[in-house]
Amino acid sequence: MSRTKDFVMRIGWPRLIIGLFFVLLIVVSPFMGLKLTDVFSDVLRRWAMFGVLVLAMVPGVQSGIGLNFGVSLGVVAGLIGSTSAIELSYRQGVQRPWADLGFALLIAIPLAAILGFLYGLLLNRVKGSEMTVSTYVGFSAIAFSNIIWLSLPFKSGVLVWPIAGEGMRNTINLEQSFGGLMSNPAVVAGLPRGLRWLAFEVGGVVIPLGVILFFLAMCFLNWLFLRSKKGIAMSAAGENTLFTRSNAINVDHMRILGTMISTVLGAVGIIMYAQIFGFLQLYNAPLMMGFQCVAAVLIGGATTRRATITNVLVGTLLFQGILTTALPVIKRLMPSGSTLSEVLRIIISNGIILYALSKTKGGNQVEK
Amino acid sequence: MEGPPILSMKGISKEFFGNQVLKNVDLIARPGEIHALVGENGAGKSTLMNILFGMPVIHSTGGFKGEIEIGGEKVTIANPHEAMNHGIGMVHQEFMLIPDFSITENIKVGREIGKPTMLSKFLGSSMDILDRRAMSKDAQNALSRIGMSIEDYVKVAGLPIGYKQFVEIAREIDKTGIKLLVFDEPTAVLTESEAERLLDIMRRIARQGIAIIFITHRLDEVLAVADSLTILRDGELIERTMTKDMTVVEIAGKMIGRKVERLVDVADTVRELDDDTVALELRNFSVAMPGEQVSQMDVSVKKGEIFGFGGLAGQGKIGIINGIMGLYPSEGDALVFGKKLQLDRLGDALRNGMAFVSEDRRGVGLLLNESIERNIIFSSMQIHNKFLWKRGPFSTLNRKQSKEHALKMIRLLDIRCTGPNQKSRSLSGGNQQKVCLARALTMDPNILIVAEPTRGIDIGAKKLVLEHLVKLNAEKGVTIVIISSELVELRSVCDRIAIVAEGKVSQILPPDASDAAFGLAMSGMSIHDAEGEGEVHHE
Ligand SMILES: Nc1ncnc2c1ncn2[C@@H]1O[C@H](COP(=O)(O)OP(=O)(O)OP(=O)(O)O)[C@@H](O)[C@H]1O
Ligand SMILES: [Mg+2]
Repeated sequence: MSRTKDFVMRIGWPRLIIGLFFVLLIVVSPFMGLKLTDVFSDVLRRWAMFGVLVLAMVPGVQSGIGLNFGVSLGVVAGLIGSTSAIELSYRQGVQRPWADLGFALLIAIPLAAILGFLYGLLLNRVKGSEMTVSTYVGFSAIAFSNIIWLSLPFKSGVLVWPIAGEGMRNTINLEQSFGGLMSNPAVVAGLPRGLRWLAFEVGGVVIPLGVILFFLAMCFLNWLFLRSKKGIAMSAAGENTLFTRSNAINVDHMRILGTMISTVLGAVGIIMYAQIFGFLQLYNAPLMMGFQCVAAVLIGGATTRRATITNVLVGTLLFQGILTTALPVIKRLMPSGSTLSEVLRIIISNGIILYALSKTKGGNQVEK
Repeated sequence: MEGPPILSMKGISKEFFGNQVLKNVDLIARPGEIHALVGENGAGKSTLMNILFGMPVIHSTGGFKGEIEIGGEKVTIANPHEAMNHGIGMVHQEFMLIPDFSITENIKVGREIGKPTMLSKFLGSSMDILDRRAMSKDAQNALSRIGMSIEDYVKVAGLPIGYKQFVEIAREIDKTGIKLLVFDEPTAVLTESEAERLLDIMRRIARQGIAIIFITHRLDEVLAVADSLTILRDGELIERTMTKDMTVVEIAGKMIGRKVERLVDVADTVRELDDDTVALELRNFSVAMPGEQVSQMDVSVKKGEIFGFGGLAGQGKIGIINGIMGLYPSEGDALVFGKKLQLDRLGDALRNGMAFVSEDRRGVGLLLNESIERNIIFSSMQIHNKFLWKRGPFSTLNRKQSKEHALKMIRLLDIRCTGPNQKSRSLSGGNQQKVCLARALTMDPNILIVAEPTRGIDIGAKKLVLEHLVKLNAEKGVTIVIISSELVELRSVCDRIAIVAEGKVSQILPPDASDAAFGLAMSGMSIHDAEGEGEVHHE
């Protein structure tokens, strides 16, 4: 009896309920005419797709800036990196998926680091209301990026509206570039033999091993960092500023560090996302990205003051898992041709976000 | 003190994640009775009170077993608010006052008296305006019930610590129908004279028919005020008895489970005092710490010395450590072995071989959500790069080393815990204090400054801590500065004691100076002055 009680306590009621709901959805989906293999493939795909983006929440929370709604800033940097890499290949007149991916990261990471630094400076001036400000920063970053998309002097036909000849498209197809490179068996089939393991099918389930490994490697690096001298100092800054200061650690620097890492992970995350998805989505598409990441990590058991890698792994699986399984199931339940399923989709995804946000207080935060 | 009990807790058991901290404990309090609850650190006193108040920590960790009766009726208390409705109040150890509110506002917060307005007819009582006159009257009434005369419109922020404690008490007294008041280590933060005053107030409250449960580690206080007492050891009820049948030594023996010879028993060791080398010198040193201002202090501590700072609360002794740690802005010079510290540079004192134990253990001293192990090694790792694994550009925590060290410290200071991985938040107050001390000791300092090192720890542990400080001093020649409100403690271990008054050192006295000399020094005078004044009067 007390064994089970302990078990429940460790996992936490919210996760248990959501987990059971998730399992239930998987169980009913075959009866709704969905193929179980497809469901598993989808869940795995979405998990790997959002993983790094959700991981970006951890350094932010640990350093004390709270949940980084402004991760969109990193997303914009990642998109700039990706589009620039494609343009670069176009100018050179070559098609080179791996180089595109490499250049995208190479351009996006320093850009995100600089933006993250400035963003960190800003957050240090608004201590106590970081989450409000970061929400605004996230929205403003997207609004500002709209101007960028319209004014970048890119020429590649993949990027630019064909008729106008300027201003970038809403959705950019990555088929000619790094789309599916580490996740799509069809794309991987065209690679040298030694790289075929990047994505394959097992009994009808697609395993995007390349991205999964990449995601896990990022988690490992983060975990390692959080156990390093700097990482431990950064976590302390997020927990108790007086304690941290009395140990000769500059709290403001640590917060900037956390913000920078978070923003860089946002940039890397969106590149991985686009890689699996096969498309870059510009303009207002990433507007709610921050909210999705926040919701996932909260469902995984994080609070506004503490977040762990486990929270990321579990939370992304539950949040994205439910979204991917619930929607097709609902679609089948609805009369065909109605827009009701779209409405429900919005209600469900925002409902989960709202639920997760309402849970941010309480839980482990009870003061003794 | 006969008659039916107002509170009776029966067969209370509680475990935290499989760790049994209370085993079948009974607690009874009668109207008008002062009942002491004593036990070692971690014996379960605060937990028992948390159960009584229905605190969230209890429910979120699986509840408890046993029954609570109030006024003979069985009750379930789901949260602190319900406890209040049952007439139970608590005077907190860490103050729960709002600094920018006046005394009245603090006393009445949450229970404001409203006057209906036009709006409130439609929108409910939250639109009432405050009836300040009635509130002030209530506050005055509560203050006079505890025998305190102070203007109730004064802001709490500037009040001396002792007064804040009294405002807390007044707030509890003001609650209508209060039948039982719990004091959890109320005197820990008070100086001796303030503590005296508090005991008086407790007697006064009890005389009004209110039952009091008094948790303290100062056993002489138990004998002074309590009618009866309950002794806990390791979560078990050892005895409930009348105080008049007990002596301090008997109580201590029952608490610890073995005989206690002397309360503070510091071995006499031969030490070499280096009179010529100055370890720490303050010159014209001022610290702008609100409520504990240090102003242009001059003092020097010799190498190998155990030096004490005493004095009343609010006079500045606490400001000294906070200034040197760099937590509050300071002016003037602080020299360590002749080298001037740059106090505006974060951590300069730490890098120059000093270590600190802050008086504010929960605010400054601990990472409450981290493990004991992480807390203990933190400073040493950050400042001296210890406990790290160097691998290329990465230097990560060396878990093996840090765990071994934490275990060693747990044994050395007898920290009562489930293991080095326990979160420091879930430790009892006294054991948290020991973790802070362990962190400072891990720094392996040349100069160790500890503020209120034994606050909230039981007599057994107090002896342990003080003896360890003395040993450290004798064996490794560490210069030790102790800042404490407990004169007895300072006098038992220090070579010299500086009494701080109004931000300055008013007197430096040997530990065997007379009580009168200490008393006068605390009010900023010396025996010499006093005699001088006497003469003036005679003329
Ligand atoms: N939230 C918690 N989770 C786990 N263990 C806890 C928690 N709170 C208290 N404990 C454990 O319960 C035991 C009793 O602690 P409690 O705070 O009641 O001691 P105490 O008698 O008040 O001691 P002190 O005199 O040091 O304040 C301790 O061993 C402590 O570690
Ligand atoms: Mg306690």
